[in-house]
Amino acid sequence: MNSSSTQRPRKVLILGALSGVAEATARAMARDGAELALVARNEEKLAAVAKDLELRGAGKVVTAVDDLASGEDVAVRMRGFSDLLGGIDTIFLFYGVLGDQDEADRDSTEVRRIIDINFTSAAEWMTAGVDHLENSAHEKPAIVVASSVAGDRGRRSNYAYGAAKGGLSVFAQGLAHRMAATGKTRVCVAKLGFVKTAMTAHLDRSGPLWAEPETVAEALVRALDKGGPIIYVPGFWRFIMLAVRATPAFVFNKVNL
Amino acid sequence: MTTGAIRRTTEWRSWGRVDRGEHFVATPGYRADVIDAFQSFADASQSTLAVGLGRSYGDSGLNVGNGLINMGGVDRLMAFDDERGVLRAEAGASVWDILEFAVPRGYFLPTTPGTRFVTLGGAIANDVHGKNHHSAGTIGCHIERICLLRSDRGVVEIAADKEPELFAATIAGLGLTGVILWADLKLTRIPSSVVAVETTPFENLNEFYERAKATGDKAEHTVAWVDCLASGDSLGRGLFTAADWDEKAATRKIARPGGLTAPFETPSFLLNRLTIAAFNEFYYRLGRMRAGRTTLAYDKFHYPLDGVREWNRLYGPRGFYQYQSVIPPKDAAEATREMLRAISKEGDGSFLAVLKTFGARRSPGLLSFPMEGTTLALDFPNRGEKTLQLFATLDKIVMDAGGRLYPAKDGRIPPGVFHASYPHAEKFAEHIDPQLSSTFWERVKRT
Repeated sequence: MNSSSTQRPRKVLILGALSGVAEATARAMARDGAELALVARNEEKLAAVAKDLELRGAGKVVTAVDDLASGEDVAVRMRGFSDLLGGIDTIFLFYGVLGDQDEADRDSTEVRRIIDINFTSAAEWMTAGVDHLENSAHEKPAIVVASSVAGDRGRRSNYAYGAAKGGLSVFAQGLAHRMAATGKTRVCVAKLGFVKTAMTAHLDRSGPLWAEPETVAEALVRALDKGGPIIYVPGFWRFIMLAVRATPAFVFNKVNL
Repeated sequence: MTTGAIRRTTEWRSWGRVDRGEHFVATPGYRADVIDAFQSFADASQSTLAVGLGRSYGDSGLNVGNGLINMGGVDRLMAFDDERGVLRAEAGASVWDILEFAVPRGYFLPTTPGTRFVTLGGAIANDVHGKNHHSAGTIGCHIERICLLRSDRGVVEIAADKEPELFAATIAGLGLTGVILWADLKLTRIPSSVVAVETTPFENLNEFYERAKATGDKAEHTVAWVDCLASGDSLGRGLFTAADWDEKAATRKIARPGGLTAPFETPSFLLNRLTIAAFNEFYYRLGRMRAGRTTLAYDKFHYPLDGVREWNRLYGPRGFYQYQSVIPPKDAAEATREMLRAISKEGDGSFLAVLKTFGARRSPGLLSFPMEGTTLALDFPNRGEKTLQLFATLDKIVMDAGGRLYPAKDGRIPPGVFHASYPHAEKFAEHIDPQLSSTFWERVKRT
């Protein structure tokens, strides 16, 4: 259970609301009666998700069509999202692209695209977001950012994506450090392992490492109140990545990952 | 997040795990993505079948060598008409999704299958029934409108008064008349989320019929578990359960499915006459001891098997069959006795044999399975030829008594048996979408 039992339901901004994990998280928040502002690019899909969340118990759902990867006037747009709900006290940041590493190896514009979307724009939204959260009436405003275990060690199959997510994790960690000293906002970065969503539908998803979006969502909702600033979701990934990071390069180089 | 990804996989299996093969699987997240996936299968000249949570036991939920659209991610609730209690939901919404919405508001599904892990689309395609069939009929009796995606016509809405023939073909239509995108389901009011249950043991089949007759329509839900390995004077002994929603309880609590998962496949050598007979004996004695009145949360009554995820793995690596028949009232007692005798003689019975009386309420579905009479459902571990021979014996009893078998549970029904017992099959076939098919249909269709 989250703090909604002691406080009024949270007012939540979800940046990138159409992914499988984002929607599962929104449903978990809706069950507790949260008010939700959903941002994504596809209007029709946003409308379908919004109606569903209303029926599943959300106190209020509003939507905004926005290309979050574009870095123009971030502070102004953030205010616009916040005004839709009459203020926000919680932010989930979910959007991102996996990109195409083979393409990135050949063409540096793909490298830039992957890093701009996953790192640069996300870092801007977090910076603007924290300002809003500090002004909220909520005792414990929180921002939870979806990152990836891919950021813990570069590997040939997705190192541009990994670098962007690794950078994002460090950025969030630093922001959490700043807030611990000077603010009330909790900042938490969640390093996700393999999740069964549309983003990974083309992969073989058998085996115990694959998590359901609902399981991940529960962990992210818990992260609003405790844990962090860095969590692994599911938790066992902390130990897997510990081992991956500790593997000497001469061994790692022989593994096709 | 739209991806046009289609994955080639051998992971997709029937619930009984006997039937398997390679599929090309699309996993759309939204209705618009379903339309795209359907088109890309058409472009690749692959036939297509929309699937849900994979609870069909046999090959009706497979399309081996061809395309599947996994509708699990298309699971949104779309609208609720408060005055009439009608819920519109996307085809991938599960019974669980619907209950989570309905129960706290004092509603329930008009009838429910024995698991929450069934999608609305799957429930319609198989015209599922529940323990209240004698009062509520099948789910198809409560579907008011369906939105279909057809390869030849695009998106069409159908209802009992709008293209009634296509509507009747779609209910129990095995997903072949178009991809179901969403449907309107009329929910039913419940006084509480608790059921008052009365369990009575019966010593043999005659007593079952006496009990069923005595109970009649007085209880909304009735079902019996039967010890299919008992023989002689005890042939057909079991436990009769009658239940009603508890008017006195005030709770409207949603129950979450349990977290237990069957940890491994039971080795085949543990599934033999001795272990199964011992289980049945134990279950019967336990039931007799506990007989009487009690109250249960709705999930404990309706979805006992949901407590263990992937329980189908308990039947071992070779999988299992389910055999569900219905026999019209005239010969029901005699034919059921004959079937139980054959099963008990073979000694290859199941843990969960279920006996129930169906009522006279008819579904609009052309291929709907339930009809007035007695239904018997049993699991059988797959022992190859031996099991199939037993089924041939049972088929004959069912056919001679004018009964039929349930395609959702099947993986081997001979085409002749199917067509003889489903007289509307040819009329149904006229409504099949040329882009859709299933392994089941390829096996039984008349060309």
